[in-house]
Amino acid sequence: MKVWQCVVCGFIYNEVEGLPAEGIAPGTKWADIPENWACPDCGVAKADFEMIEV
Amino acid sequence: MEPIIVVGSGLAGYSVIRELRKLDREVPVMLLSRDSGDFYSKPMLSNAFAQGKDAAALVQTPAADMAKQLGITVRSHIEVQSIDVAAKCLTTTQGELRYSRLVLAMGADPIRIPMQGDAADAVRSVNDIADYAHLREAMQGAKRIAIMGGGLIGCEFANDWAAAGFAVSVIDPGPYPLASLMPQAAGSQLLTPLAAIGVDWRFGTSVSRVDSAATGYTLTLADGSQLQADIVLSAIGLRPRIALAQAAGLDVNRGIKVDAHLRSSDADIFALGDCAEIEGRVQPFVLPIMHAARALAKTLAGEDTAVVFPAMPVVVKTPAHPVAVLPVARDAAGAWQTLASGNGIKMAFLDASDRISGFVLTGEFAAERSEMTKRVGTPLAANNKADNIVAVEST
Repeated sequence: MKVWQCVVCGFIYNEVEGLPAEGIAPGTKWADIPENWACPDCGVAKADFEMIEV
Repeated sequence: MEPIIVVGSGLAGYSVIRELRKLDREVPVMLLSRDSGDFYSKPMLSNAFAQGKDAAALVQTPAADMAKQLGITVRSHIEVQSIDVAAKCLTTTQGELRYSRLVLAMGADPIRIPMQGDAADAVRSVNDIADYAHLREAMQGAKRIAIMGGGLIGCEFANDWAAAGFAVSVIDPGPYPLASLMPQAAGSQLLTPLAAIGVDWRFGTSVSRVDSAATGYTLTLADGSQLQADIVLSAIGLRPRIALAQAAGLDVNRGIKVDAHLRSSDADIFALGDCAEIEGRVQPFVLPIMHAARALAKTLAGEDTAVVFPAMPVVVKTPAHPVAVLPVARDAAGAWQTLASGNGIKMAFLDASDRISGFVLTGEFAAERSEMTKRVGTPLAANNKADNIVAVEST
């Protein structure tokens, strides 16, 4: 399980926690998040920005 | 063909180019930057310290790599001195540059208030990565930090540095934190959690003098009290950079005035980001920039497109007590209502027809941001019987 960070706004995605509020179950790997997903803080699409491992 | 010239290498400038390149790989684009042109996340400047990140670690992509990835020319350390609107030509510190269309994404300057004292010039602000690098240097050996301004940036810095072990004081003439974004019942939720990590709040007063002391500085506040600090940071707000546009004869107000197409009073000049006033609103946040960048990219690619802003909540990065807020205009008709409270508070702003037009979520409720965003524009009672209205507060 890894933690990822949006390069635009610093939003943190933690695979362990998922994003239940966004319908992403705890334990969901970054790779398994749909390509049309957008960063909830800045709206940048997954395909636009790499999430960097922190 | 003359290039599209983008002035400014912040999120606004780079985002509009990135979006444009998805639509058009060919059109020549030149980006002008006053600094190095490296791409970094500005929002992280106010929460990078506790993560142990220095300025170099915040650079995501150096300018040369951005130029290569995007297929553009990046000119660094260049200053635009004037715009000849009729000739479509810029005068710069590196000579004249002609453009086909011009995008102004120059950002904003920190507001500075005049102050007395022999060390008034020592007051810092952090508005870009160079400021952050200088601050990191100054923090070597520092223990006490005074922050002027208890708004979004002031609160984020206070949380970041208090968490890193500094003694932080926040001085603000207003009555409570985040006062320009939310009602008192919500903003005051930050008081105790941040005090618990060491933040010393000083509301209802301001700094009138900064003088050198044996070590660091002595701040004299308007209420007569004094405090000691090794670093003084001003975080009282931003003023859009409009001078260049104004001198060129473009319409300006608080920001550079543009319509929903991001078009200024000159048909070939556009503006977005912190320097722009889009249909009367300056919105210096990430989400409005991303939406504006996407619309403008389409327009630049030949399909004239108006920006449509959805509900865009703002996240305040205060881990000691997280906050998400969809602010409402100061003169909006309606009232704030408390929907729930506990370790934090959940409030909604109901407009004249009882629809949710703003909200604030703090503490345990901050995680409900996306759910709450979906409810914007809907009546309160109709879709959620579970909301138990605790109190009504007028604005």
